[in-house]
Amino acid sequence: MEYAQVIANGLMLGAIYACIAVGFSLVWGVLNVINMMHGSFIILGGYLTFFAWLHLKINPFVALVPVAAVLFALGYLIQYTLINRVVSRPVLTTLTLTFGLDMILYNFMNLGFTATPRRVLLDLGRLDLGGVILPLDRVVAMFLALALTGILFVVMRTSRTGRAIVAVRMDRDAAALMGIRVNRVYAITFGIGALMAGACGALVSVVFPITTSVTGLFLGKAFVICVIGGLGSVPGALVGGIALGLIESLAGYFFGPQSAILAGFLIMLILLVVRPTGLIGKKGYE
Amino acid sequence: MKHLPYVLFALWFAALAAVPFLASNYIVKIATFLAMYGALALSWNFIGGYTGYPSFSTAAFFGLGAYSGALLQNAGVWVGFAWLGGAVVVTVFAALLGFAILRMKGHYFAIASIALVEMLMLTASLWSGLTGGGEGLNVKIMPGGPDYIGRVFLYTMLGIMLAAFIATVLVDRSRLGFGLRCIQQNEDAADMVGVDVRRYKTAAFALSAVFCGAVGAAYASWVAYISPSDSFSILLTLKVPVMVLLGGPGTVFGPIIGSAAFVLMEETIWARFLDYHQAILGLVIVLLIFFLPGGLLKLFSGRRAS
Repeated sequence: MEYAQVIANGLMLGAIYACIAVGFSLVWGVLNVINMMHGSFIILGGYLTFFAWLHLKINPFVALVPVAAVLFALGYLIQYTLINRVVSRPVLTTLTLTFGLDMILYNFMNLGFTATPRRVLLDLGRLDLGGVILPLDRVVAMFLALALTGILFVVMRTSRTGRAIVAVRMDRDAAALMGIRVNRVYAITFGIGALMAGACGALVSVVFPITTSVTGLFLGKAFVICVIGGLGSVPGALVGGIALGLIESLAGYFFGPQSAILAGFLIMLILLVVRPTGLIGKKGYE
Repeated sequence: MKHLPYVLFALWFAALAAVPFLASNYIVKIATFLAMYGALALSWNFIGGYTGYPSFSTAAFFGLGAYSGALLQNAGVWVGFAWLGGAVVVTVFAALLGFAILRMKGHYFAIASIALVEMLMLTASLWSGLTGGGEGLNVKIMPGGPDYIGRVFLYTMLGIMLAAFIATVLVDRSRLGFGLRCIQQNEDAADMVGVDVRRYKTAAFALSAVFCGAVGAAYASWVAYISPSDSFSILLTLKVPVMVLLGGPGTVFGPIIGSAAFVLMEETIWARFLDYHQAILGLVIVLLIFFLPGGLLKLFSGRRAS
């Protein structure tokens, strides 16, 4: 029974992880940019949700929608005005730029919100499935995370914008010749990345304490998930997220919670060496 | 005219070496930092500048050097040998690991190199029997009073910086430097024309580690206390590449100019705005990328050419 509990925890964690990584993976795959701000975007989303809940008494699962919209606008602006100007330069340049931007964002979040951990307390009760205890707030967060990931998948598959993003990902120049405004698609993609981060932050604020000092932790998880699952596709992030959730849950159970993070990084490094396209990734093609 | 930069470097080196006779201990400390970051920036330049690989493992080498040096020293090894030991451990580590992770390119390499820092930090905090875990590790304080200690560490760091500089000059003029530049321009083409890509990259990675290891070990003895989050600092791992980008990557003098400009800016300007320290650093990075893509050195040489 204990194992069932560990696996259930892993799955709940994994769904949220998938949601954390999917935006990051999208930006990396389409723009070829590692967005070092992703962790801060998640925490920013978490804070906005927390304050909406504290001061305006808005349910976090409702606040998710406006928070995601705000983050989309922020991401769109950053990409359109700044990153687009250097998007085709080498990795070092784009990575350093987003790192620099992250430091600015992080600094102001730290000053504005302080580092005190905060958490939305919903207390929805718990579900008992034959000995496996599932806190209901986590269950709701899990299903919403899966739903968000699913919506993104459908949008990428069926909408005009989604198809345009995939087209740019496949061949930027050909897409430009077909009349796709590449810079706008880049901005939208980055905006969607930030939107997913913000929405995820809203979910995270219900499950974990929110504090600025964990931005790096979430960013690290996004790395690991992308490498495990494979880059730039929604299913890849989903597989990677759930895999990491299970790995962490099991490693935490057997070796203690600190080792859980180490196990994730170790598996990532091994996968990077032996199978850099990830578990289900294909190179450069969606 | 061709030798002017070397003369300037010698003057800069002499000025730093003369600091203890002219100024207070606070200035000596800044001079030590100038030498230390100079050495770190020169190190990163081998892999990041010449070879063009986005390495973010400076802090991994620095921290591993700090822990190896501190542990050796605590085991009773003489300080100088402990520093040397730190450098050796880190170089072996980098050579072995480089063989595996240098197969990756671009983003994957960048991420692997950052993950290295995180993993070593986690290991240092988990392995508390050896490293003292999150509580950190105390290192024996060197006897002799603050003035003496200040001088010892200034000259140690200057020595490491000089060694890194000489290594840079040698590499810059040798086949190795030529091969690394080829790899930076086009790795496949370099492979085709007979550059032993794998060996060259591993050599560059090891070169970028050896001086970081020595600096880390010396730093551990200097501050006499190290902790995982201090030694394997993500900020350090970013700062050093930024310094090189500021000066001019892939050049002999760029890292020295960049690190000096950076440290002096940090001490004079940012130290006054402690609350906004990170934001200002971030802003400097953003401005650097948009307005100074080739670094300060290019600014000067570009002017001279026109």
